[in-house]
Amino acid sequence: MSEKKLDLGSWVNDVVQHLLDNYSGGFDSIGGVVSGFSEGIESVLMLPPAWLLIAIFVGLGLWRIGARFAAFTAVSFILIVLTGFWEQTVVTLGLTFSATLISLMLGIPLGIWAATSERVTTIIRPILDFMQTMPAFVYLIPAAMLFGLGRVPGIIATVIFAMPPAVRLTNLGIRQVNKEIIEAGQSFGCNSRQLLFKVQLPNAMPSIMAGVNQTIMMALSMVIIASMVGAGGLGNDVLASIQRLDIGLGFESGMAVVLLAIILDRITESFGTKQTEKRNSLISWVSAKLQRE
Amino acid sequence: MQSGKIVVENLYKVFGAQPQEAIDLLKQGWSKDKILAEKGAVIGVSDVSFSVEEGEIFVLMGLSGSGKSTLIRLINRLVEPSAGNVYIDGQNVAKLPKKQLIDLRRRDMSMVFQSFALMPSRTVLDNAAFGLEVAGKSRKEREKRAMEVLTQVGLDTFAHKFPHELSGGMQQRVGLARALAVDPSMIIMDEAFSALDPLKRREMQDVLLELQKTHRRTIIFVSHDIEEAMRIGTRIGIMEGGKLIQVGTPQELVDNPANDYVRNFFDTVDTNRYLTAGQLKADSVPLFVHNGKAPDAHTVSQALQALDKHYAFIVDENHRFYGSISLEKIALLVEGGQTRGLDHAVLKQINPVPEDMPLDQVIGRLVDNEGPIPVVDGKGIYCGAISKGRLLTRMHGE
Repeated sequence: MSEKKLDLGSWVNDVVQHLLDNYSGGFDSIGGVVSGFSEGIESVLMLPPAWLLIAIFVGLGLWRIGARFAAFTAVSFILIVLTGFWEQTVVTLGLTFSATLISLMLGIPLGIWAATSERVTTIIRPILDFMQTMPAFVYLIPAAMLFGLGRVPGIIATVIFAMPPAVRLTNLGIRQVNKEIIEAGQSFGCNSRQLLFKVQLPNAMPSIMAGVNQTIMMALSMVIIASMVGAGGLGNDVLASIQRLDIGLGFESGMAVVLLAIILDRITESFGTKQTEKRNSLISWVSAKLQRE
Repeated sequence: MQSGKIVVENLYKVFGAQPQEAIDLLKQGWSKDKILAEKGAVIGVSDVSFSVEEGEIFVLMGLSGSGKSTLIRLINRLVEPSAGNVYIDGQNVAKLPKKQLIDLRRRDMSMVFQSFALMPSRTVLDNAAFGLEVAGKSRKEREKRAMEVLTQVGLDTFAHKFPHELSGGMQQRVGLARALAVDPSMIIMDEAFSALDPLKRREMQDVLLELQKTHRRTIIFVSHDIEEAMRIGTRIGIMEGGKLIQVGTPQELVDNPANDYVRNFFDTVDTNRYLTAGQLKADSVPLFVHNGKAPDAHTVSQALQALDKHYAFIVDENHRFYGSISLEKIALLVEGGQTRGLDHAVLKQINPVPEDMPLDQVIGRLVDNEGPIPVVDGKGIYCGAISKGRLLTRMHGE
């Protein structure tokens, strides 16, 4: 490394050290909440026997996509069970869901806020760029320093990495709602709350669901990397295969990740694109709940 | 202040940083283009005043960019006015606090859009019930009312379909049902039928006119289709460059266009179709008065021969139409040695046509009658005649 003229890195170190010295209590309580939340989700996923969880996914695939995809789902999961990666897969699934849910809980409201204000959009845009393009495992260092090792820094680093698409696509979806549909809402006397829940969000749903899909995909890829700070799951096996140069283990665990990714991707994607055809979908249920506000 | 259901007074809309400055410059006589070039402000609507009567269909016409869509959005304040007043039932919408504006929109006004603007994730029924839902009506109540209006527009059997399963014309019926559901006293229709093909457009115009027969609402209708404007409009307002340049009944605009811009609109239409009996009539038939004593056949015959006319009309002392007779008929009477007066026994009874009878019906009457037909005014007073020759001359252009 050549000699530094400007030492940005040491400033960042100072900032993190300062946070650690003065606000460790705050980080501990955030860590406690995240830890409790993700353990809850994981224990729910662990509760049913493997065949039941598989059956649920196969059922979802059958309902949302079709028989061929359902068969693919069944074969994939059986393959994972037979190669002995089932438990790690469920852990990874739990981490992915936890990180995704936190990302959406933060990202969707932020996206809605951005859609209503040019200033907010201008401010958050470079921040989102930063979050998305900074090499993912760089987050792991401060996360591990602030939250210790284990699943919590993993989830927090994952949330930072996976949240931007939820924000962006919520913002975009709301902004792209047909101008006359917005005017229709206003002309029939919607107040701003009704306009959001009855007009903007339902009409932005396909775009928001595309954001959810993207967030899940990015979360899945990040929870694998997060095994470096001890998040656990399939990432541990991937990491171990690198450390031991074990190609076989790398292939098996890597394939489990790929299969899980495909299944999650297709199922979540279907909620975005088939929204209008399938009345009984989760989305219309959610938006109906929101509309009842 | 003028009276009327909707009264618009000196309304301006400027898109730009300093609307008041632009308005002052407009008042000093600057042109729209100059203000755009030097101040960067776009004049949407410039000093528009007009009023719309209760129950009237007021059509706003103009080329695209003439400000008609902006103007109607100033009326329900989807666009904030830069200056001026909009009174609806005497209440100034332009100055209304937000909450009262929302109340007014929920209660008494609705809008129909060019692109239909239906919510794709809602069923036809839920779309029609939208305004009622926003107003906080219970599900049962709003669905009952939505079903009623869907029945009115002939879509009750499609209530549980989604908008994308319907054709364009049917979708706009849903748009219309949604607007009717809140039972507003006024509806704003923005190029509501422009996206439909000509047959469907006509059909929707008929639906609208039919609805107006049973329940008159005040309608402001934006259109760029002159045929449509003449067909449904009680009055038409013509816009150009943000200004309202002429307002009048279709006939007034045809007869006295304010300038070439207005005249050009009517160039493309066969304005003859909108001629009425009152405009076709002439004093072409000699008139004789039956003042208790019938005119003498011999006198009438000589007069007609002198004038080279074939028909005469007889009116009573109050100038009401009494009967018609042809020269041939008189000749027969005279030859037969009957020299008695021309009264009921010999006169041909024709039902006079009212002045406002449209051309197509007048033609029908002329076909049924051998001779000219009499025209009477609203009080039944004879005011002229229409003959086949006269009709052709008038249609060809005098």
